[in-house]
Amino acid sequence: MTAGANLEIVSPGAYASIQDAGRRGFRRIGVPWAGVIDPRLMRIANALVGNAADAPVIECFDGGLQLAARGATLRVAVAGDARLELEHAGERSAVPAWRSVSLADGDILRIRRMDGGRIAMVAVQGMALSQVMGSASTYARAALGGVDGGALRAGMHLPAPPARAGAELALPRPPDASQAPVRVVPGPQADHFAQAALDTFFGSDYRVTAEADRMGVRLEGPALEHLGTREIISDATVPGSIQVPGNGQPIVLLADAQTAGGYPKIATVICSDIPRLAACRPGQTIRFAAVGAADGERIARATEAETRALIAGIVRVPAAGIDEAALYSANLVSGVVHALSPDYRTLGAANE
Amino acid sequence: MSMRILDAGDAAFTVEFGDAIDPALLARVNALDTGIARLQAGGGLPGLIETMPTFRSLTVFFDPLQTGREALLVELAPFLADTAASAGDLGRHWRLPVCYEGELAPDLGQTAAALGIATDDVVALHAGRDYVVYMLGFLPGFPFMGDVPEALRLPRRAEPRLRVPAGSVAVANGLTAIYPWESPGGWHLLGRCPVPLFDAACPSPSLLAAGDSVRFEPVSMTEYRRLLDAATAGELDPQQWLATAAANDGGGAQ
Repeated sequence: MTAGANLEIVSPGAYASIQDAGRRGFRRIGVPWAGVIDPRLMRIANALVGNAADAPVIECFDGGLQLAARGATLRVAVAGDARLELEHAGERSAVPAWRSVSLADGDILRIRRMDGGRIAMVAVQGMALSQVMGSASTYARAALGGVDGGALRAGMHLPAPPARAGAELALPRPPDASQAPVRVVPGPQADHFAQAALDTFFGSDYRVTAEADRMGVRLEGPALEHLGTREIISDATVPGSIQVPGNGQPIVLLADAQTAGGYPKIATVICSDIPRLAACRPGQTIRFAAVGAADGERIARATEAETRALIAGIVRVPAAGIDEAALYSANLVSGVVHALSPDYRTLGAANE
Repeated sequence: MSMRILDAGDAAFTVEFGDAIDPALLARVNALDTGIARLQAGGGLPGLIETMPTFRSLTVFFDPLQTGREALLVELAPFLADTAASAGDLGRHWRLPVCYEGELAPDLGQTAAALGIATDDVVALHAGRDYVVYMLGFLPGFPFMGDVPEALRLPRRAEPRLRVPAGSVAVANGLTAIYPWESPGGWHLLGRCPVPLFDAACPSPSLLAAGDSVRFEPVSMTEYRRLLDAATAGELDPQQWLATAAANDGGGAQ
């Protein structure tokens, strides 16, 4: 299993799994899409190492991931507001996210912590994984995808070819973290709630609880009272469905959620805002804002245009003449190392 | 109740035909689902990703970068009319072995007691009729089947189990199901089926499809163990439980 160049999972951190754009066409037999929670991060990470946009990536929550190059120099890139550390020949130095990094044989890359959000994506240049039902995405409940159907564990090896020649790439302007309300389309079962409950839903803060993973995010806030029955005849859920079970506390369903459910769904988070909601940490509060279905489609197109513009802005990093390790170590000491730091932007912009 | 189009975000909508578990509604769901599959097979409906049929509704998933809800509804209008309901396809018919004995049937005694009948009567009632697979969901390959005889209907358990063993055959209200995977569950467990319901290596990973029918055949513990061992060793062809082959592939499974 370890023959040939590979990336070793030294530690998966809080939770890490292989994901790609997801598994389509099988919801009718109860198989959710799975796939990355934040497609934009996947596309940026893959673009930074020259992979196809929807090549499988390592999606990790809450930092702690540690990766080691084995058998060759490998090229990786981390998308996400992550604080990274590179260990080379026993020396540790900070490296920024949002750019590619070449790991020499034996180097270890760590996500020390997330500076914002919960999710980071690691693309590995040329990493090839077999597909199950059309996707490499891990869906642990049915043991589909990934390395062995489950989450990544320490000691696993992901086959990857030696890094190709060429400059490192960087994203000079990482996406901004919006604080705006999470946009939802009311329905499909908004009529199972009185107007007062809808007013409460759109007028109150909801707190993200500790029960938040790839299946869904359980929220806590003013209870939403049903009109009449608290169950429906099971119908389809979608990623973003907001179920309200009998206790009135909403649950937002995500990529790994079951494909059908018997709780009324008050609203659906639009695709553009699902990543932002999933990135909220336990204890954070959010608000919801209503948009129409047609507005949602328009926002989806605008989001796609933004993603393309971001990726089109990727630049080559100067190959030599700058002691990057020293630069970032200095920043680490002064506590300002950050993907959005002016130093980082200057570095990227200087190469254009 | 007339048909309604329900919003399900910016990348899906649900066509709801009614608010009951009713074969007539299922026929309308199937008619729309089949119509969509035909249009797609002919290269139509670009941007439509997939559909999800349920008891009484069909949810259409689409890519808002390629199409939109209004454009799709215009194209689907012919399949939304009442008259389309006669077009439902026949599914396949299965006869699946179930052992209703001992530790494989942990709720059999309680169910009989709650209903005021003998355990043999519970088995006879459960195995005494054909069930329609209304839909698959909850877990990969999990079939919601009905209708359970009136004399066998109980609400779900007050305390759901954290671990229902894979293969468990269960009832709740008017429905019966087989758990393809170990999972939490609140249905009453009447027996165990040794036939694997899900195989990711198959072109159609789920053994059952919506629209199929299923009859349960009681088998002894010895026979159950023999079948389970064969299944575990990969020496069991689930197709052997196909009672009659229908002309189609079982309702447009993708």
